[in-house]
Amino acid sequence: MLFATEIKRSTQPETPTGSLVRISLFIPCYNDALFPESGKAVVRVLERLGHAVEFRDAQTCCGQMHWNTGYLRETLPILRHFLRVFADAETIVAPSSSCVAMMRDHYRKAAQMDRDPALEREVEALLPRIFEFSEFLVRRLGVEDVGARFTHKVAYHPSCHSARSLHLDTIPLRLLHRVRGLDLVPLANAQECCGFGGTFAIKNADVSSAMLADKVRCVLNSGAEVLTAVDTSCLMHIFGSLHRQRTFVRTAHLAEILACSDDDAGQNSTLAPEQHDASSFGRMVR
Amino acid sequence: MKPETTHWNRQDFPEAARKELAAKPSQDAPFAHSQTRRNVRNATEIIQAKRNAVVAELPEWQDLRAAGAAIRAHTLEHLDHYLLEFEANCTRHGGHVHWAADAAEARKLVLEILAPHAPREILKIKTMTSEEIGLNACLEEHGMHPLETDLAELIIQMGRDRPSHFVVPALHKSRGQIRDLFAREMHRPELSDEPEALAAAARDYLRQKFLSTRVAISGANFLLADTGGVCIVESEGNGRMCLTLPDVLITIVGIEKVLPSFQDLEVFLQTLPRSATGERMNPYNSIWSGTPGNDGPREFHVILLDNGRSPILADDESRQTLRCIRCAACLNTCPVYHQTGGHAYDSVYAGPIGAILTPQLHSMQAAQSLPYASSLCGACYEVCPVAINIPEVLIHLRGKIVEQQQSTVAGSLSLWNIAMKSAAFLMQDGSRLHAAVHLAQAAQRPLVSRNGFIEWLPGMLNGWTKTRDLPALPAESFRDWWRRTRSANSSLQPSAEQPSEPRHD
Repeated sequence: MLFATEIKRSTQPETPTGSLVRISLFIPCYNDALFPESGKAVVRVLERLGHAVEFRDAQTCCGQMHWNTGYLRETLPILRHFLRVFADAETIVAPSSSCVAMMRDHYRKAAQMDRDPALEREVEALLPRIFEFSEFLVRRLGVEDVGARFTHKVAYHPSCHSARSLHLDTIPLRLLHRVRGLDLVPLANAQECCGFGGTFAIKNADVSSAMLADKVRCVLNSGAEVLTAVDTSCLMHIFGSLHRQRTFVRTAHLAEILACSDDDAGQNSTLAPEQHDASSFGRMVR
Repeated sequence: MKPETTHWNRQDFPEAARKELAAKPSQDAPFAHSQTRRNVRNATEIIQAKRNAVVAELPEWQDLRAAGAAIRAHTLEHLDHYLLEFEANCTRHGGHVHWAADAAEARKLVLEILAPHAPREILKIKTMTSEEIGLNACLEEHGMHPLETDLAELIIQMGRDRPSHFVVPALHKSRGQIRDLFAREMHRPELSDEPEALAAAARDYLRQKFLSTRVAISGANFLLADTGGVCIVESEGNGRMCLTLPDVLITIVGIEKVLPSFQDLEVFLQTLPRSATGERMNPYNSIWSGTPGNDGPREFHVILLDNGRSPILADDESRQTLRCIRCAACLNTCPVYHQTGGHAYDSVYAGPIGAILTPQLHSMQAAQSLPYASSLCGACYEVCPVAINIPEVLIHLRGKIVEQQQSTVAGSLSLWNIAMKSAAFLMQDGSRLHAAVHLAQAAQRPLVSRNGFIEWLPGMLNGWTKTRDLPALPAESFRDWWRRTRSANSSLQPSAEQPSEPRHD
């Protein structure tokens, strides 16, 4: 049970750094098109911490959908493009654990498929520079308190890739614990997949829907007003059902919660409490 | 040499799963039942909780897991050597070792061995290999009655049902359903549904059979190369009866089940019971070698079954599939299996391991929907006591399936192929993707409801909107927001959010 373990409130960063970091953002394709707010929130949090953020306009996708669906050869040009775009980036941060997992778990094998030693070297050079957003905050920057305020009941869904591939463990919870006013509520069967799985949700729509029904039941039973995670893809899936069932539970990427602060008093935040009215409901949060 | 029986009806997983989820028995899904789904869920949750508790007791669990993986990987690299060593040692102790390339050959061998004894009834211990080669039907055709003695297999056999789990074959049955079955089949109308009463009824029924039947057929958990020994672990003791009471014993075992030495059991007799049933140790651990003295069967045969395994061995990427020790921990933890149970896989081997093993046993010519029967959540890999990276193998097999499809005209013209190829084209270039997002923002308009969501999509995307709304694409993508608000490629003025000229590359 996720919440049964004592959550360590302070840890030393694994790579302590006193200086500011120049961060290149990777905003995954579906975040770019469907959930721009999560990307904006990442920018706000990182800039509030004083870091310089850049966004390389040529970026597209990590290739996960193609790879996981079995279109292995089609993944290679996408991978090559990614490597080209971020070749000289110092540090890359992505608000998506599944994209980072794609790179860490599969890029080496994909590069080997092409039998190109140069490509393999480029992948090796990329991997130490890429971070999932919450992992970057806690493990790289050593920050747990990002100065956020969010006065809502929140449940955390540990998405499969964040838990079983990146092993983020308590990292997102540590960040949530430091958010002022936030009431973190436990989620039953938290580690069980929501049933998204990319094209699985389409190829096996019925099984995926049945898995989702279980997840949504746990979310509703948790009493949370907002469900958060480090993957917008899972949240899109879960919210798809929460919205279809006309519940008033919303979903928000972890960065969107961390972006809410006393300073901006909700000005910049799509999650600001004063905006919580039915009319902007659909547009506001997913 | 293709196995013809591992994949039963050749039903695609999504279709079979839909019938199981609909929970109404039909001709194609005769065992679908809403209670079945509840039973599967309850049983897997109980086993999983027990497994987690006993695994957590061992601080060295990850070391045992790594050792198990290493031993199995080493054995597979040198399988020819260890099989020949097993054959020599088993033969030395009076056993007869036979080699079967496929299911037909294995059945023929069994019939030849049985011929001089002409048994009317044959005892069976739960054996997946006999399911794999369709042995029971073959024996019935030849006028012999195979009697399953594993309690769960007996329930399946009496109910003319199919196993839904290869460790707990009847986990989809409630005790009420089992009571009704026993009451009818054993003529015991007074029987209660207390587990003790049901076990006692099965014991009464089986005990007579153990004492009167002269031939038994078993599978095996492990073959031991250095001693020529065969190892079976079980919970009931009915297996021990079958191994010791009859005069003739035939053991059918997959060629991958060999271990180099007796000492290797040190690892697997810790990891297998904890993973399979959540027990620290199995109640019955039997190891026998040949036919020593007057103890046990006087005639002992081992049939080493290939049946599609050699080609798996030849594949560097998926060879790890054959490390499997059939603990079924991956089934118990799988969120897909939790929903559908085992019947939806329509295969001897269900769950995540079945999803990679069954299509490979068929040389990727059948059961092609099974590698897609996973959300790649990784729970199976996490619990696997021999660290088979099932998600990785699933993706590898999906790759093979896509290659096969693309090699045909129909496959390359399929909607999926065209969609994925087009997406790959867009994702090689930022401006292409940008243009496509703009196009989609305009094109989605007829589909967007007044609440800002897409509630219906056509074609293959309809599966999504049957149960889920999809947010419409917002008018401004992140890329457009960045272009609008940031003039340079990087933001060196934090908190500045002034509109600026769009940047053109």
